[in-house]
Amino acid sequence: MKKLALILGTSLILTITACGGNSGQTTTTNTGGTPVAQTTGNGVRTAGGDRFNTIKNRGQLICGVSGEVPGFSFVGTDGKYSGIDVDICRAVAAALFDNPDAVEFRNLNAKERFTALQTGEVDILSRNTTWTLSRATSVGLDFAPVVFYDGQAIMVRKSSGIKSLTDLKDKAICVQTGTTTEQNLADQMRKRNITYKPVVFEDVNITFATYAEGRCDAITADRSALVSRGTTLPKPEDNVILEEVISSEPLAPAVAKGDSKWGDTVKWVVYSLLKAEELGINSQNLGQFTNSTDPDVKRFLGTEGNLGEGLGLPNDFAAKVIKHVGNYGEIYDRNLGPKTKLNLARGQNQLWSKGGLLYSPPFR
Amino acid sequence: MTNDKPPLWRDSRFWNIAGQLTALFLAALVVTVLVSNLNRNLQQLGIQFGFDFLKQQASFDIGETLIAYKPTDTYSLALLVGLINALRVAITGIILTTIVGVLAGVARLSDNWLVRNISLVYVEIFRNTPLLLQLLFWYFAVFLGFPKADNKISLWGLIGLSQNGIELPWFTLSPEFSALLLGLTFYTGAFIAEIVRGGIGSVSKGQWEAARSLGLKPGLIMRLVIFPQALRVIIPPLTSQYLNLTKNSSLAIAIGYPDIYFVASTTFNQTGRAVEVMLLLMLTYLALSLTISLIMNAFNRTVQIKER
Repeated sequence: MKKLALILGTSLILTITACGGNSGQTTTTNTGGTPVAQTTGNGVRTAGGDRFNTIKNRGQLICGVSGEVPGFSFVGTDGKYSGIDVDICRAVAAALFDNPDAVEFRNLNAKERFTALQTGEVDILSRNTTWTLSRATSVGLDFAPVVFYDGQAIMVRKSSGIKSLTDLKDKAICVQTGTTTEQNLADQMRKRNITYKPVVFEDVNITFATYAEGRCDAITADRSALVSRGTTLPKPEDNVILEEVISSEPLAPAVAKGDSKWGDTVKWVVYSLLKAEELGINSQNLGQFTNSTDPDVKRFLGTEGNLGEGLGLPNDFAAKVIKHVGNYGEIYDRNLGPKTKLNLARGQNQLWSKGGLLYSPPFR
Repeated sequence: MTNDKPPLWRDSRFWNIAGQLTALFLAALVVTVLVSNLNRNLQQLGIQFGFDFLKQQASFDIGETLIAYKPTDTYSLALLVGLINALRVAITGIILTTIVGVLAGVARLSDNWLVRNISLVYVEIFRNTPLLLQLLFWYFAVFLGFPKADNKISLWGLIGLSQNGIELPWFTLSPEFSALLLGLTFYTGAFIAEIVRGGIGSVSKGQWEAARSLGLKPGLIMRLVIFPQALRVIIPPLTSQYLNLTKNSSLAIAIGYPDIYFVASTTFNQTGRAVEVMLLLMLTYLALSLTISLIMNAFNRTVQIKER
């Protein structure tokens, strides 16, 4: 009896120590070993480059969008996606596969979007997301260039008589959570010492529905979103957007941090849209430029030099992008311009040469 | 002397212990893999694991607070505000749902045809539709369907009903809170009604007959004889319903009531601290659930038959 107890006891102790030792070792090798493996395995600069290859092998880009903001990303009655955010993804797919339709769109809400990117569920987030410092650092995102310069505004019912922020004292304001909007509103009201009642929702549809029902005296969002969603309200003409713009919201596509190769690809595809407009190249006149003698144009279209190679793309990737989706101006006009319901003036979303903020670094 | 002893591999005690150790080892292995995987992913994104962010300024406003809070306060205070808001719904909800559930459960056994069938319809409708749908119904169809504050509906000059919520002489309940509270109350109440009905049904017929033969009136029979005995059957499943109500209160996020789940979501959104925030949430709900269980188990012991 005693002997059996002894054997059992010993084996128990042995197993436990073995267990402990094992798991301890595994943990150390994993936590300590991973970064080393990363640097040796993939080289110091390209922490990864994996994503690019993954997408290439998959033959399709997975793109996270909102799907609920007309003009930016919206699913039409025919099930087709449209909008400026959507076109950015199409442009990237055109550069990678010479096919703007090699994209799978995933609708993400404000809360899901960063996790979806961090966990690799989507390759790129093109979802009217504001570029902020904390998102670029602690949230772990790498932002591509801004594709739309926006600002936060406030919409009220015309009948309310509200003309400015100060008139919003003690009023209920509908806001969507998980957005910079919520913080900007708090900041502005604090600055002006105005007390107000935030009514906050997670879902953009419910936020606007609650405003439409009359629960809130005002609703705040990016100006473009107010214009865009305002068209879907029961009586759009009964509402007005206040003049005051309370923040700057640079909206940009983003990729997960730590994969500079993939990040560069997205960045330079966006730049190519701007550069094309600057050079006056669009989807209609692209053919006329193939024989151009302008070295800048030749480098851009890949008929001279090997700029694409550096990105792992064909040298004429920009030409492919322009052929399939057009330049930035075309994308803007198609989705937000005067011919659309939204009719947003280009304003600061004009090229730098025309007084706007858009600028592409040189293609050389 | 050792002849009558079976060899180790034929000793069931050995296999019992070995089995447990294997299970322990496998569990430890799974945890290790998960943790190291998490570590690697966080490292790749350059994100540090830690709870320092709780001391940062939250910089968002909260619509309903029972304690002083402003956007310059920390995330931890914001979360506390959310916890208090959640407790407010859970505690009032548990009280109200018990009343609704017991009344509906007893009504199911009523001799009055109308009372009995009203209760039946209530239970079947509320038990068989999703809670989220009910919450949206309460919020949009009921509370936002009320007139504007200027021409509110007044009940006996005491209660005012408008889009601003329920106005009582002492305070106002926001439409978000009211919709959540009523939604949870009537949903959970339907389940409790069935538990109460089952509990009463479990008391043997002889108890009714004995009480009647003593000349007690039906109301007194229920109160003094039947219900105390039914409680023994009712309380354990009732505890589960209280837990469900508490956890379901996290659906507040759908209709804009700032409970802890809501505040935690915002925190997670602004800081990107998915893992830390989820851990905090899990611990919070675990603590809430264990507290309810503890209280209900203590209560359960007081109503059990004491064998002497």
